[in-house]
Amino acid sequence: MEVNAEARRILAVSISKLYASRSQRGGLRLHRSLLLSLVMRSESDSDEEGCDNEITEDKENLSPARQSRKRRGKASVAPDFLPIKRARLESGEDRYAAPLSSCRAGESLAALSLNRVIPAF
Amino acid sequence: MAGVAGGNDFQWCFSQVKGAIDEDVAEADIISTVEFNYSGELLATGDKGGRVVIFQHEQESKNRPHLRGEYNVYSTFQSHEPEFDYLKSLEIEEKINKIRWLPQQNAAHFLLSTNDKTIKLWKISERDKRAEGYNLKDEDGRLRDPFRITSLRVPVLMPMDLMVEASPRRIFANAHTYHINSISVNSDHETYLSADDLRINLWHLEITDRSFNIVDIKPANMEELTEVITAAECHPHQCNVFVYSSSKGTIRLCDMRAAALCDRHSKFFEEPEDPSSRSFFSEIISSISDVKFSHSGRYMMTRDYLSVKFWDLNMENRPVETYQVHEYLRSKLCSLYENDCIFDKFECCWNGTDSAIMTGSYNNFFRMFDRNTRRDITLEASRESSKPRATLKPRKVSTGGKRKKDEISVDSLDFNKKILHTAWHPKDNVIAVAATNNLYIFQDKIN
Repeated sequence: MEVNAEARRILAVSISKLYASRSQRGGLRLHRSLLLSLVMRSESDSDEEGCDNEITEDKENLSPARQSRKRRGKASVAPDFLPIKRARLESGEDRYAAPLSSCRAGESLAALSLNRVIPAF
Repeated sequence: MAGVAGGNDFQWCFSQVKGAIDEDVAEADIISTVEFNYSGELLATGDKGGRVVIFQHEQESKNRPHLRGEYNVYSTFQSHEPEFDYLKSLEIEEKINKIRWLPQQNAAHFLLSTNDKTIKLWKISERDKRAEGYNLKDEDGRLRDPFRITSLRVPVLMPMDLMVEASPRRIFANAHTYHINSISVNSDHETYLSADDLRINLWHLEITDRSFNIVDIKPANMEELTEVITAAECHPHQCNVFVYSSSKGTIRLCDMRAAALCDRHSKFFEEPEDPSSRSFFSEIISSISDVKFSHSGRYMMTRDYLSVKFWDLNMENRPVETYQVHEYLRSKLCSLYENDCIFDKFECCWNGTDSAIMTGSYNNFFRMFDRNTRRDITLEASRESSKPRATLKPRKVSTGGKRKKDEISVDSLDFNKKILHTAWHPKDNVIAVAATNNLYIFQDKIN
């Protein structure tokens, strides 16, 4: 549980860093963006493992109430200051897109967060 | 106290410090690169404001032959200005990322300086004479009335106060989509390479309107991007060989004779990751921030966040030596991630004989490792110990529970004081250490 809480905290920090990178001089740094996305992927993987462990644990403990809360809330982690509107990803040589495929787009919390913070060019 | 890079009697002492003492440091004054020229006579610094300052070594005083001469300002010029890319709505910073000197071939000196997008070739020359007695213009430059010219004279060269001029001779622009992180002059003295996050280009020093792309790691789908180029360097003797490092901690050696596009490496250097030390930040700390060939060309050195590794070019599967720069930070990676320090890119440098290396750390500490004695030493660049010829006292960071006298605890380190850029004189034991907006010069003190 503590690992999950820590992972989510780092994830929130990562998202805020990605968002802040948009306004820095010189534009988005590809290297930095890539490293941030890799950290977010590591946290996402850790978070999923933690949730899987919790599900397993709850099944063992036979706690239906707990099981019903096991699905991660998609909007529960992203900070309030992030724009609600889903950012568009456009192809092109000068689009610094974080590797979404490496963050499991769709149900993945990290991928959803990446979608929110990657700026539309 | 036995020192590094010179034997048991070797000690480092303070020589000079350049820069303002103000507590409030202007962003533009932060030094972003330091480089000695091939002879060590000149020392160039670049800063975030796009300026280049060149210091020249003065000859030793006859009255104090035991001391080396000092470095004094030789030339200062604005290399790069901030620009704006209107198509992408992006500002291009004027920060000087790298300076590289060209070998001296005549009385003038040449250097390459680069920001994120544009590389410039500068000629630094001295002028100590001026012509007087022109026929068509006055001494102040105004054109003379032709009807008043009644005789012809030969202009003569008259001595004048020494003036050092810096003039841009070539501008190499519009060849990098991503941010330039490295430039390296080739051993043929005709070409040089420039590297950004995804591509490496080869230029001829005389030709500015085109370059050859020799490495391109950009994937067809940017979402599949897994690594970027972090540094590149030409081999010191073999003009067909260069290396580039990646954010994954790997180094690729390429031979330009093999193919026009060196996407396939000739050698691949990687150390297997220790699974027991895996964390959220493993990828970040394994990213290589600098790669440098030894002067001999037999070895190369890489710097990642926590360590320096020596590689034998003939052995790809692991480094021959690994030195921990500040291992005590491994348990602080989360905090360092939050305050952005984990993204700091430390450089490293060899001494002239390849027997020692130097790299920076936090709290204005810098570290030296002697490859022969396996000794290492931590020194500090600080104003407090900046008395002339004062011997630098080795510093130590306390990692255990009990802190000894004169040790500093990890929690007391000032992470705003970081030494990212250092340079070692190519022949003598003189080092230049950039500490934010100050440049410290230290030299050996042989007992």
